[in-house]
Amino acid sequence: MNKVMSNKWIIALYVLPALLLIGILIFIPLILTGYYGLMKWDGIGSMEFIGLQNYVTALQDKKFWDSALHSFLLAVFSTLSLIIYLAISLILASKIKGADLLRKIYLIPMLLSSVAIAQLWVKIYNPSNGMLNSLLMAIGVENPPAWLAEPSLVLYAIFIPILWQYAGFYILIYYAALKNIPESIIEAAKIDGASPIQIAYKIKLPLIMGVVKVTIVLAVVGSLKYFDLIYVMTGGGPNGASEVMASYMYKLAFSTNNFGYGSAIGFLLLIITLIVTLIIRKATATKEEIQY
Amino acid sequence: MGRIGYFFLYLSLAAVAIFQVFPIVWLFLFSLKNNQEIFSKSPFALPTEFRWENYLKVWEGGIGIYFWNSIWITGVAIALTVILASMATFVITRMQWKWSKLVLGLFMIGLMIPIHSAIIPLFSMFLNVNLIDNPWSIVITYTAYNLPITMMILLGFYYTLPREIEEAAIIDGCSVHRMFFRIILPMTIPVMSTTVIINMIYNWNEFVFVNTFISSDKYKTLTVGIQNFIGQYMTDWGAIGATLIISVLPILLAFLFFSNKVVEGISSSAVKG
Repeated sequence: MNKVMSNKWIIALYVLPALLLIGILIFIPLILTGYYGLMKWDGIGSMEFIGLQNYVTALQDKKFWDSALHSFLLAVFSTLSLIIYLAISLILASKIKGADLLRKIYLIPMLLSSVAIAQLWVKIYNPSNGMLNSLLMAIGVENPPAWLAEPSLVLYAIFIPILWQYAGFYILIYYAALKNIPESIIEAAKIDGASPIQIAYKIKLPLIMGVVKVTIVLAVVGSLKYFDLIYVMTGGGPNGASEVMASYMYKLAFSTNNFGYGSAIGFLLLIITLIVTLIIRKATATKEEIQY
Repeated sequence: MGRIGYFFLYLSLAAVAIFQVFPIVWLFLFSLKNNQEIFSKSPFALPTEFRWENYLKVWEGGIGIYFWNSIWITGVAIALTVILASMATFVITRMQWKWSKLVLGLFMIGLMIPIHSAIIPLFSMFLNVNLIDNPWSIVITYTAYNLPITMMILLGFYYTLPREIEEAAIIDGCSVHRMFFRIILPMTIPVMSTTVIINMIYNWNEFVFVNTFISSDKYKTLTVGIQNFIGQYMTDWGAIGATLIISVLPILLAFLFFSNKVVEGISSSAVKG
Protein backbone atom coordinates (compact mmCIF):
# COMPACT_ATOMS: atom_id res chain seq x y z
CA MET A 1 0.00 0.00 0.00
CA ASN A 2 2.54 2.56 1.13
CA LYS A 3 4.81 1.57 -1.68
CA VAL A 4 2.17 2.14 -4.30
CA MET A 5 1.03 5.40 -2.74
CA SER A 6 4.52 6.85 -2.73
CA ASN A 7 5.51 5.93 -6.26
CA LYS A 8 7.65 8.86 -7.40
CA TRP A 9 6.83 8.48 -11.08
CA ILE A 10 3.13 8.66 -10.49
CA ILE A 11 3.50 11.65 -8.17
CA ALA A 12 5.58 13.48 -10.77
CA LEU A 13 3.21 12.59 -13.58
CA TYR A 14 0.21 13.97 -11.68
CA VAL A 15 1.64 17.10 -10.12
CA LEU A 16 4.16 18.31 -12.69
CA PRO A 17 1.75 19.59 -15.35
CA ALA A 18 0.05 21.91 -12.87
CA LEU A 19 3.33 22.86 -11.23
CA LEU A 20 4.98 23.68 -14.55
CA LEU A 21 2.04 25.82 -15.59
CA ILE A 22 2.11 27.97 -12.46
CA GLY A 23 5.91 28.03 -12.52
CA ILE A 24 6.09 29.27 -16.10
CA LEU A 25 3.05 31.50 -16.14
CA ILE A 26 3.00 32.89 -12.58
CA PHE A 27 6.35 32.62 -10.81
CA ILE A 28 8.80 33.22 -13.65
CA PRO A 29 6.88 36.33 -14.83
CA LEU A 30 6.94 37.72 -11.30
CA ILE A 31 10.71 37.36 -11.15
CA LEU A 32 11.02 38.83 -14.63
CA THR A 33 8.92 41.84 -13.60
CA GLY A 34 11.54 42.75 -11.02
CA TYR A 35 14.28 42.14 -13.57
CA TYR A 36 12.68 44.20 -16.36
CA GLY A 37 12.26 46.95 -13.80
CA LEU A 38 16.04 47.33 -13.90
CA MET A 39 16.00 47.96 -17.64
CA LYS A 40 15.33 50.76 -19.99
CA TRP A 41 13.19 48.95 -22.55
CA ASP A 42 10.45 49.71 -25.04
CA GLY A 43 9.21 46.12 -25.18
CA ILE A 44 10.56 45.35 -28.64
CA GLY A 45 14.13 46.65 -28.97
CA SER A 46 17.12 45.67 -26.87
CA MET A 47 17.23 46.23 -23.14
CA GLU A 48 19.63 48.56 -21.45
CA PHE A 49 20.54 47.89 -17.84
CA ILE A 50 20.04 51.03 -15.76
CA GLY A 51 20.11 49.64 -12.24
CA LEU A 52 17.54 50.95 -9.81
CA GLN A 53 16.85 54.07 -11.79
CA ASN A 54 13.25 53.12 -12.69
CA TYR A 55 12.52 52.50 -9.03
CA VAL A 56 14.07 55.82 -8.04
CA THR A 57 12.06 57.56 -10.75
CA ALA A 58 8.88 55.88 -9.47
CA LEU A 59 9.48 57.16 -5.97
CA GLN A 60 9.75 60.71 -7.34
CA ASP A 61 6.91 60.34 -9.83
CA LYS A 62 3.90 62.38 -8.73
CA LYS A 63 1.61 60.36 -11.00
CA PHE A 64 2.69 57.16 -9.31
CA TRP A 65 2.09 58.58 -5.85
CA ASP A 66 -1.29 59.93 -6.94
CA SER A 67 -2.27 56.52 -8.27
CA ALA A 68 -1.07 54.89 -5.06
CA LEU A 69 -3.12 57.40 -3.06
CA HIS A 70 -6.23 56.60 -5.12
CA SER A 71 -5.67 52.87 -4.58
CA PHE A 72 -5.26 53.56 -0.87
CA LEU A 73 -8.48 55.61 -0.74
CA LEU A 74 -10.38 52.81 -2.48
CA ALA A 75 -8.95 50.39 0.07
CA VAL A 76 -10.19 52.63 2.91
CA PHE A 77 -13.66 52.94 1.36
CA SER A 78 -13.81 49.19 0.78
CA THR A 79 -12.84 48.44 4.35
CA LEU A 80 -15.43 50.89 5.71
CA SER A 81 -18.10 49.36 3.49
CA LEU A 82 -17.53 46.08 5.32
CA ILE A 83 -19.43 47.63 8.25
CA ILE A 84 -22.54 47.99 6.07
CA TYR A 85 -22.19 44.45 4.78
CA LEU A 86 -21.73 43.17 8.31
CA ALA A 87 -24.83 44.98 9.53
CA ILE A 88 -26.91 43.55 6.69
CA SER A 89 -25.55 40.06 7.38
CA LEU A 90 -26.42 40.34 11.07
CA ILE A 91 -30.01 41.17 10.14
CA LEU A 92 -30.17 38.43 7.52
CA ALA A 93 -28.79 35.80 9.86
CA SER A 94 -31.20 36.58 12.69
CA LYS A 95 -33.79 34.07 11.52
CA ILE A 96 -35.40 36.33 8.99
CA LYS A 97 -37.75 34.69 6.52
CA GLY A 98 -36.46 34.74 2.97
CA ALA A 99 -32.86 35.32 4.05
CA ASP A 100 -31.51 32.75 1.59
CA LEU A 101 -33.35 34.29 -1.32
CA LEU A 102 -32.27 37.83 -0.40
CA ARG A 103 -28.68 36.73 -0.03
CA LYS A 104 -28.79 35.27 -3.54
CA ILE A 105 -30.35 38.41 -4.98
CA TYR A 106 -27.59 40.48 -3.40
CA LEU A 107 -25.03 38.26 -5.09
CA ILE A 108 -26.19 38.90 -8.67
CA PRO A 109 -23.91 41.87 -9.51
CA MET A 110 -20.89 39.81 -8.48
CA LEU A 111 -21.56 37.50 -11.44
CA LEU A 112 -21.24 40.19 -14.09
CA SER A 113 -17.98 41.11 -15.73
CA SER A 114 -16.35 44.33 -14.62
CA VAL A 115 -16.59 45.51 -18.22
CA ALA A 116 -20.37 45.07 -18.31
CA ILE A 117 -20.65 46.69 -14.89
CA ALA A 118 -18.49 49.58 -16.01
CA GLN A 119 -20.53 50.15 -19.16
CA LEU A 120 -23.77 49.93 -17.23
CA TRP A 121 -22.65 52.45 -14.62
CA VAL A 122 -21.26 54.80 -17.25
CA LYS A 123 -24.83 54.88 -18.57
CA ILE A 124 -26.26 55.33 -15.08
CA TYR A 125 -23.92 58.28 -14.52
CA ASN A 126 -24.58 59.79 -17.95
CA PRO A 127 -25.10 63.50 -17.20
CA SER A 128 -28.03 64.11 -19.53
CA ASN A 129 -30.15 60.94 -19.49
CA GLY A 130 -28.57 58.53 -17.07
CA MET A 131 -30.69 57.01 -14.36
CA LEU A 132 -29.02 58.90 -11.53
CA ASN A 133 -29.29 62.44 -12.85
CA SER A 134 -32.81 61.90 -14.16
CA LEU A 135 -33.75 60.80 -10.67
CA LEU A 136 -32.01 63.78 -9.11
CA MET A 137 -33.71 66.20 -11.48
CA ALA A 138 -37.05 64.55 -10.78
CA ILE A 139 -36.67 65.31 -7.09
CA GLY A 140 -35.69 68.90 -7.81
CA VAL A 141 -31.89 69.01 -8.07
CA GLU A 142 -31.37 71.54 -10.81
CA ASN A 143 -27.84 70.98 -11.99
CA PRO A 144 -26.66 67.54 -11.01
CA PRO A 145 -22.96 67.02 -11.65
CA ALA A 146 -21.36 65.10 -14.51
CA TRP A 147 -20.12 62.49 -12.07
CA LEU A 148 -17.33 60.89 -14.03
CA ALA A 149 -16.01 64.15 -15.49
CA GLU A 150 -15.56 65.85 -12.12
CA PRO A 151 -12.06 65.23 -10.72
CA SER A 152 -13.25 65.75 -7.14
CA LEU A 153 -16.15 63.29 -7.50
CA VAL A 154 -14.90 60.63 -9.86
CA LEU A 155 -13.31 58.38 -7.24
CA TYR A 156 -16.51 58.30 -5.17
CA ALA A 157 -18.54 57.71 -8.32
CA ILE A 158 -16.33 54.74 -9.14
CA PHE A 159 -16.60 53.41 -5.64
CA ILE A 160 -20.40 53.03 -5.82
CA PRO A 161 -20.29 50.27 -8.47
CA ILE A 162 -17.52 48.59 -6.48
CA LEU A 163 -19.73 48.68 -3.38
CA TRP A 164 -22.57 47.34 -5.51
CA GLN A 165 -20.52 44.60 -7.14
CA TYR A 166 -19.04 43.11 -3.98
CA ALA A 167 -21.96 43.50 -1.54
CA GLY A 168 -23.27 40.00 -2.13
CA PHE A 169 -19.81 38.49 -1.81
CA TYR A 170 -19.08 39.85 1.65
CA ILE A 171 -22.64 39.37 2.87
CA LEU A 172 -22.37 35.74 1.79
CA ILE A 173 -19.15 35.24 3.75
CA TYR A 174 -20.45 36.93 6.91
CA TYR A 175 -23.79 35.18 6.69
CA ALA A 176 -22.11 31.78 6.44
CA ALA A 177 -19.92 32.58 9.45
CA LEU A 178 -22.87 33.80 11.50
CA LYS A 179 -24.86 30.69 10.66
CA ASN A 180 -22.03 28.62 12.10
CA ILE A 181 -22.45 30.05 15.59
CA PRO A 182 -24.13 27.41 17.74
CA GLU A 183 -27.70 28.25 18.65
CA SER A 184 -27.11 27.32 22.31
CA ILE A 185 -24.80 30.29 22.89
CA ILE A 186 -27.37 32.76 21.57
CA GLU A 187 -30.12 31.06 23.60
CA ALA A 188 -28.05 31.28 26.77
CA ALA A 189 -27.47 34.99 26.22
CA LYS A 190 -31.19 35.55 25.64
CA ILE A 191 -32.02 33.80 28.90
CA ASP A 192 -29.54 36.07 30.64
CA GLY A 193 -31.53 38.98 29.28
CA ALA A 194 -29.24 40.25 26.53
CA SER A 195 -30.86 42.45 23.87
CA PRO A 196 -30.47 41.64 20.14
CA ILE A 197 -28.01 44.52 19.81
CA GLN A 198 -25.96 43.26 22.74
CA ILE A 199 -25.98 39.76 21.32
CA ALA A 200 -24.80 41.03 17.97
CA TYR A 201 -22.10 43.26 19.39
CA LYS A 202 -20.85 41.27 22.34
CA ILE A 203 -21.32 37.69 21.19
CA LYS A 204 -21.76 37.27 17.46
CA LEU A 205 -19.18 39.81 16.36
CA PRO A 206 -16.32 38.48 18.52
CA LEU A 207 -17.13 34.95 17.41
CA ILE A 208 -16.77 35.76 13.72
CA MET A 209 -13.78 38.09 14.17
CA GLY A 210 -11.52 35.64 12.33
CA VAL A 211 -13.68 35.88 9.24
CA VAL A 212 -13.89 39.65 9.54
CA LYS A 213 -10.10 39.82 9.48
CA VAL A 214 -9.99 37.71 6.35
CA THR A 215 -12.46 40.04 4.66
CA ILE A 216 -10.37 43.08 5.61
CA VAL A 217 -7.39 41.52 3.87
CA LEU A 218 -9.55 40.65 0.87
CA ALA A 219 -10.99 44.16 0.66
CA VAL A 220 -7.64 45.92 0.95
CA VAL A 221 -5.71 43.63 -1.35
CA GLY A 222 -8.62 43.63 -3.80
CA SER A 223 -8.55 47.43 -3.86
CA LEU A 224 -4.85 47.50 -4.64
CA LYS A 225 -5.58 45.35 -7.68
CA TYR A 226 -8.60 47.24 -9.09
CA PHE A 227 -8.21 47.65 -12.78
CA ASP A 228 -10.92 46.53 -15.22
CA LEU A 229 -13.71 48.68 -13.88
CA ILE A 230 -11.67 51.88 -13.75
CA TYR A 231 -9.94 51.22 -17.06
CA VAL A 232 -13.30 50.93 -18.80
CA MET A 233 -15.25 53.57 -16.89
CA THR A 234 -12.80 56.45 -16.98
CA GLY A 235 -9.47 55.23 -18.30
CA GLY A 236 -7.98 56.84 -15.19
CA GLY A 237 -9.38 60.26 -16.06
CA PRO A 238 -10.34 63.01 -15.93
CA ASN A 239 -6.75 64.15 -15.91
CA GLY A 240 -5.52 61.23 -13.79
CA ALA A 241 -8.08 61.80 -11.04
CA SER A 242 -9.08 58.12 -10.99
CA GLU A 243 -5.76 56.55 -11.96
CA VAL A 244 -4.82 53.61 -9.74
CA MET A 245 -1.56 51.69 -9.54
CA ALA A 246 -2.58 48.88 -11.88
CA SER A 247 -4.02 51.22 -14.51
CA TYR A 248 -0.96 53.46 -14.37
CA MET A 249 1.33 50.46 -14.83
CA TYR A 250 -0.78 49.18 -17.71
CA LYS A 251 -0.74 52.53 -19.48
CA LEU A 252 3.02 52.90 -19.10
CA ALA A 253 3.63 49.51 -20.69
CA PHE A 254 0.95 49.12 -23.29
CA SER A 255 0.11 52.70 -24.30
CA THR A 256 3.46 54.44 -24.05
CA ASN A 257 5.69 51.36 -24.57
CA ASN A 258 7.65 52.14 -21.46
CA PHE A 259 8.01 48.48 -20.51
CA GLY A 260 10.97 48.92 -18.18
CA TYR A 261 9.32 51.60 -16.10
CA GLY A 262 5.96 49.82 -16.24
CA SER A 263 7.63 46.67 -14.90
CA ALA A 264 9.14 48.63 -12.03
CA ILE A 265 5.67 49.89 -11.09
CA GLY A 266 4.30 46.34 -11.48
CA PHE A 267 6.98 45.05 -9.13
CA LEU A 268 6.24 47.79 -6.61
CA LEU A 269 2.57 46.80 -6.82
CA LEU A 270 3.54 43.22 -6.02
CA ILE A 271 5.74 44.25 -3.09
CA ILE A 272 3.12 46.63 -1.70
CA THR A 273 0.42 43.96 -1.98
CA LEU A 274 2.53 41.38 -0.17
CA ILE A 275 3.61 43.82 2.55
CA VAL A 276 0.07 45.08 3.14
CA THR A 277 -1.20 41.51 3.37
CA LEU A 278 1.46 40.67 5.94
CA ILE A 279 0.87 43.85 7.96
CA ILE A 280 -2.88 43.32 8.16
CA ARG A 281 -2.38 39.68 9.09
CA LYS A 282 0.04 40.63 11.84
CA ALA A 283 -2.02 43.56 13.08
CA THR A 284 -5.17 41.49 13.31
CA ALA A 285 -3.59 38.27 14.51
CA THR A 286 -5.20 36.93 17.68
CA LYS A 287 -3.19 35.06 20.26
CA GLU A 288 -5.77 32.39 20.61
CA GLU A 289 -8.70 31.45 18.46
CA ILE A 290 -12.03 31.64 20.19
CA GLN A 291 -13.36 28.19 20.80
CA TYR A 292 -16.98 27.26 20.93
CA MET B 1 -38.81 42.99 18.47
CA GLY B 2 -42.20 44.42 17.58
CA ARG B 3 -44.04 44.37 14.31
CA ILE B 4 -42.85 47.82 13.39
CA GLY B 5 -39.28 46.75 13.95
CA TYR B 6 -39.69 43.86 11.55
CA PHE B 7 -41.39 46.11 9.04
CA PHE B 8 -38.41 48.45 8.94
CA LEU B 9 -36.00 45.55 8.88
CA TYR B 10 -37.66 44.11 5.80
CA LEU B 11 -37.95 47.54 4.28
CA SER B 12 -34.21 48.09 4.48
CA LEU B 13 -33.42 44.58 3.24
CA ALA B 14 -35.77 45.14 0.31
CA ALA B 15 -34.16 48.49 -0.42
CA VAL B 16 -30.77 46.80 -0.63
CA ALA B 17 -32.25 44.14 -2.91
CA ILE B 18 -33.65 46.82 -5.20
CA PHE B 19 -30.32 48.63 -5.26
CA GLN B 20 -28.61 45.36 -6.22
CA VAL B 21 -31.01 44.39 -8.98
CA PHE B 22 -32.53 47.56 -10.35
CA PRO B 23 -29.52 48.67 -12.43
CA ILE B 24 -29.70 45.36 -14.28
CA VAL B 25 -33.45 45.70 -14.82
CA TRP B 26 -32.87 49.22 -16.08
CA LEU B 27 -30.24 47.89 -18.49
CA PHE B 28 -32.75 45.34 -19.77
CA LEU B 29 -35.38 48.05 -20.19
CA PHE B 30 -33.19 50.25 -22.30
CA SER B 31 -32.06 47.31 -24.39
CA LEU B 32 -35.67 47.19 -25.63
CA LYS B 33 -36.00 50.88 -26.43
CA ASN B 34 -34.88 53.09 -29.25
CA ASN B 35 -32.92 56.29 -28.80
CA GLN B 36 -35.99 58.47 -29.08
CA GLU B 37 -37.65 56.72 -26.15
CA ILE B 38 -34.43 56.75 -24.16
CA PHE B 39 -33.64 60.39 -24.66
CA SER B 40 -37.10 61.96 -24.53
CA LYS B 41 -38.82 59.91 -21.85
CA SER B 42 -38.13 59.11 -18.26
CA PRO B 43 -35.38 56.51 -17.84
CA PHE B 44 -37.77 54.51 -15.68
CA ALA B 45 -40.53 54.32 -18.29
CA LEU B 46 -41.36 50.93 -19.74
CA PRO B 47 -40.60 50.53 -23.43
CA THR B 48 -43.59 51.48 -25.60
CA GLU B 49 -43.02 48.31 -27.55
CA PHE B 50 -40.42 45.62 -27.00
CA ARG B 51 -37.81 46.28 -29.64
CA TRP B 52 -36.17 42.88 -29.84
CA GLU B 53 -34.69 44.09 -33.13
CA ASN B 54 -31.91 45.65 -31.02
CA TYR B 55 -30.81 42.12 -30.20
CA LEU B 56 -31.10 41.05 -33.82
CA LYS B 57 -29.06 44.07 -34.88
CA VAL B 58 -26.11 43.42 -32.57
CA TRP B 59 -26.22 39.70 -33.29
CA GLU B 60 -26.02 40.40 -37.01
CA GLY B 61 -23.38 43.00 -36.28
CA GLY B 62 -21.11 40.07 -35.42
CA ILE B 63 -21.30 39.52 -31.69
CA GLY B 64 -21.71 35.80 -32.41
CA ILE B 65 -18.00 35.30 -33.02
CA TYR B 66 -17.12 36.80 -29.60
CA PHE B 67 -19.79 34.68 -28.03
CA TRP B 68 -18.39 31.52 -29.57
CA ASN B 69 -14.83 32.44 -28.56
CA SER B 70 -15.97 33.01 -24.99
CA ILE B 71 -17.69 29.63 -24.98
CA TRP B 72 -14.84 27.52 -26.29
CA ILE B 73 -12.05 29.33 -24.47
CA THR B 74 -13.98 29.22 -21.20
CA GLY B 75 -14.86 25.55 -21.74
CA VAL B 76 -11.41 24.30 -22.67
CA ALA B 77 -9.76 26.25 -19.87
CA ILE B 78 -12.26 24.88 -17.33
CA ALA B 79 -11.67 21.30 -18.47
CA LEU B 80 -7.89 21.72 -18.28
CA THR B 81 -7.98 23.50 -14.94
CA VAL B 82 -10.27 21.04 -13.22
CA ILE B 83 -8.46 17.92 -14.41
CA LEU B 84 -4.97 19.26 -13.66
CA ALA B 85 -6.09 20.62 -10.30
CA SER B 86 -7.74 17.32 -9.40
CA MET B 87 -4.61 15.35 -10.28
CA ALA B 88 -2.36 17.67 -8.31
CA THR B 89 -4.73 17.76 -5.34
CA PHE B 90 -4.97 13.99 -5.34
CA VAL B 91 -1.22 13.62 -5.22
CA ILE B 92 -0.83 16.28 -2.54
CA THR B 93 -3.54 14.99 -0.24
CA ARG B 94 -3.50 11.24 -0.79
CA MET B 95 0.01 10.16 -1.72
CA GLN B 96 3.02 10.10 0.59
CA TRP B 97 6.03 12.16 -0.41
CA LYS B 98 8.46 14.54 1.16
CA TRP B 99 7.72 17.73 -0.75
CA SER B 100 3.93 17.72 -0.67
CA LYS B 101 3.62 20.57 1.87
CA LEU B 102 6.09 22.71 -0.03
CA VAL B 103 4.38 22.16 -3.37
CA LEU B 104 1.00 22.93 -1.83
CA GLY B 105 2.51 26.12 -0.42
CA LEU B 106 3.61 27.17 -3.91
CA PHE B 107 0.12 26.77 -5.25
CA MET B 108 -1.33 28.72 -2.35
CA ILE B 109 1.10 31.60 -2.88
CA GLY B 110 -0.44 31.81 -6.33
CA LEU B 111 -3.61 33.04 -4.63
CA MET B 112 -2.00 36.24 -3.42
CA ILE B 113 -0.43 37.39 -6.68
CA PRO B 114 -1.80 40.50 -8.39
CA ILE B 115 -2.04 39.44 -12.04
CA HIS B 116 -1.06 42.91 -13.18
CA SER B 117 2.38 42.40 -11.73
CA ALA B 118 2.94 39.50 -14.10
CA ILE B 119 1.35 40.77 -17.26
CA ILE B 120 4.30 42.57 -18.86
CA PRO B 121 6.65 39.54 -18.76
CA LEU B 122 3.78 37.28 -19.82
CA PHE B 123 3.24 39.51 -22.82
CA SER B 124 6.91 39.40 -23.81
CA MET B 125 7.11 35.64 -23.20
CA PHE B 126 4.13 35.02 -25.46
CA LEU B 127 5.59 37.40 -28.02
CA ASN B 128 8.80 35.34 -28.09
CA VAL B 129 7.00 32.05 -28.68
CA ASN B 130 4.51 33.49 -31.16
CA LEU B 131 1.51 33.10 -28.91
CA ILE B 132 0.43 36.73 -29.06
CA ASP B 133 -2.88 37.03 -30.84
CA ASN B 134 -3.36 33.31 -30.40
CA PRO B 135 -6.31 32.19 -28.26
CA TRP B 136 -4.26 29.36 -26.74
CA SER B 137 -2.23 31.91 -24.82
CA ILE B 138 -5.51 32.84 -23.12
CA VAL B 139 -6.46 29.23 -22.47
CA ILE B 140 -3.19 28.35 -20.74
CA THR B 141 -3.12 31.61 -18.81
CA TYR B 142 -6.63 31.04 -17.49
CA THR B 143 -5.68 27.50 -16.57
CA ALA B 144 -2.56 28.54 -14.66
CA TYR B 145 -4.17 31.43 -12.81
CA ASN B 146 -7.25 29.43 -11.81
CA LEU B 147 -5.34 26.37 -10.61
CA PRO B 148 -4.65 27.70 -7.08
CA ILE B 149 -8.24 28.67 -6.31
CA THR B 150 -9.58 25.46 -7.85
CA MET B 151 -7.21 23.35 -5.78
CA MET B 152 -8.15 25.25 -2.67
CA ILE B 153 -11.81 24.38 -3.16
CA LEU B 154 -10.94 20.73 -3.89
CA LEU B 155 -8.53 20.31 -0.96
CA GLY B 156 -11.05 20.05 1.85
CA PHE B 157 -13.04 17.43 -0.02
CA TYR B 158 -10.00 15.31 -0.84
CA TYR B 159 -8.79 15.37 2.77
CA THR B 160 -12.09 13.89 3.96
CA LEU B 161 -12.11 10.93 1.58
CA PRO B 162 -11.66 7.74 3.64
CA ARG B 163 -8.31 5.95 3.30
CA GLU B 164 -10.08 2.62 3.04
CA ILE B 165 -11.06 3.35 -0.53
CA GLU B 166 -7.47 3.36 -1.67
CA GLU B 167 -6.52 0.40 0.47
CA ALA B 168 -9.35 -1.67 -0.92
CA ALA B 169 -8.56 -0.65 -4.48
CA ILE B 170 -4.90 -1.55 -4.13
CA ILE B 171 -5.60 -4.86 -2.46
CA ASP B 172 -7.86 -5.64 -5.39
CA GLY B 173 -4.88 -5.01 -7.65
CA CYS B 174 -6.05 -1.68 -9.02
CA SER B 175 -3.41 0.66 -10.45
CA VAL B 176 -3.14 4.22 -9.14
CA HIS B 177 -4.29 5.62 -12.49
CA ARG B 178 -7.34 3.45 -12.53
CA MET B 179 -8.05 4.23 -8.91
CA PHE B 180 -7.83 7.96 -9.54
CA PHE B 181 -9.78 8.14 -12.77
CA ARG B 182 -12.37 5.46 -12.09
CA ILE B 183 -12.92 5.69 -8.33
CA ILE B 184 -11.66 8.94 -6.77
CA LEU B 185 -12.51 11.38 -9.57
CA PRO B 186 -16.14 10.26 -9.87
CA MET B 187 -16.50 10.62 -6.11
CA THR B 188 -15.47 14.26 -6.27
CA ILE B 189 -18.19 15.26 -8.74
CA PRO B 190 -20.12 17.42 -6.24
CA VAL B 191 -17.12 19.60 -5.39
CA MET B 192 -15.86 19.46 -8.96
CA SER B 193 -19.09 20.98 -10.20
CA THR B 194 -18.57 23.83 -7.75
CA THR B 195 -15.12 24.49 -9.17
CA VAL B 196 -16.49 24.31 -12.71
CA ILE B 197 -19.02 27.02 -12.02
CA ILE B 198 -16.48 29.25 -10.26
CA ASN B 199 -14.06 28.83 -13.16
CA MET B 200 -16.86 29.62 -15.56
CA ILE B 201 -17.64 32.90 -13.83
CA TYR B 202 -13.96 33.91 -13.76
CA ASN B 203 -13.14 32.94 -17.33
CA TRP B 204 -16.29 34.28 -18.89
CA ASN B 205 -15.75 37.68 -17.29
CA GLU B 206 -11.99 37.95 -17.67
CA PHE B 207 -10.81 41.11 -19.39
CA VAL B 208 -7.20 42.13 -18.98
CA PHE B 209 -5.49 39.04 -20.44
CA VAL B 210 -7.64 39.05 -23.58
CA ASN B 211 -7.31 42.80 -23.93
CA THR B 212 -3.53 42.50 -23.76
CA PHE B 213 -2.76 39.30 -25.67
CA ILE B 214 -5.39 39.35 -28.40
CA SER B 215 -5.58 41.95 -31.13
CA SER B 216 -7.63 40.29 -33.92
CA ASP B 217 -11.38 40.61 -33.69
CA LYS B 218 -11.80 36.99 -34.68
CA TYR B 219 -10.19 35.80 -31.43
CA LYS B 220 -11.68 38.27 -28.98
CA THR B 221 -14.01 37.12 -26.25
CA LEU B 222 -17.20 38.86 -25.21
CA THR B 223 -15.79 41.05 -22.46
CA VAL B 224 -13.31 42.64 -24.82
CA GLY B 225 -15.48 42.36 -27.92
CA ILE B 226 -18.32 44.33 -26.36
CA GLN B 227 -15.91 47.22 -25.97
CA ASN B 228 -15.68 47.34 -29.79
CA PHE B 229 -19.39 47.19 -30.08
CA ILE B 230 -19.92 50.01 -27.71
CA GLY B 231 -17.54 52.12 -29.73
CA GLN B 232 -19.36 51.19 -32.90
CA TYR B 233 -22.81 51.95 -31.50
CA MET B 234 -21.59 54.91 -29.48
CA THR B 235 -24.92 56.70 -29.55
CA ASP B 236 -27.30 53.76 -29.98
CA TRP B 237 -28.18 52.98 -26.39
CA GLY B 238 -30.62 50.23 -27.32
CA ALA B 239 -27.89 48.34 -29.15
CA ILE B 240 -25.47 48.86 -26.29
CA GLY B 241 -28.02 47.55 -23.81
CA ALA B 242 -28.69 44.50 -25.97
CA THR B 243 -24.96 43.81 -26.26
CA LEU B 244 -24.47 43.97 -22.51
CA ILE B 245 -27.51 41.78 -21.81
CA ILE B 246 -26.25 39.16 -24.26
CA SER B 247 -22.85 39.19 -22.57
CA VAL B 248 -24.20 38.65 -19.05
CA LEU B 249 -27.04 36.26 -19.90
CA PRO B 250 -25.13 32.94 -19.80
CA ILE B 251 -23.83 33.63 -16.30
CA LEU B 252 -27.20 34.80 -15.04
CA LEU B 253 -28.81 31.64 -16.44
CA ALA B 254 -26.14 29.47 -14.86
CA PHE B 255 -26.81 31.22 -11.57
CA LEU B 256 -30.54 30.63 -11.91
CA PHE B 257 -29.97 26.89 -12.21
CA PHE B 258 -26.93 26.39 -10.01
CA SER B 259 -27.18 29.16 -7.44
CA ASN B 260 -26.33 26.82 -4.57
CA LYS B 261 -23.14 25.73 -6.31
CA VAL B 262 -22.20 29.34 -6.96
CA VAL B 263 -22.80 30.26 -3.33
CA GLU B 264 -20.78 27.26 -2.17
CA GLY B 265 -17.95 28.01 -4.56
CA ILE B 266 -17.70 31.69 -3.72
CA SER B 267 -17.75 31.09 0.00
CA SER B 268 -15.26 28.24 -0.04
CA SER B 269 -12.93 30.13 -2.33
CA ALA B 270 -13.04 33.20 -0.13
CA VAL B 271 -12.81 31.90 3.40
CA LYS B 272 -9.16 31.14 3.53
CA GLY B 273 -6.88 32.53 6.18
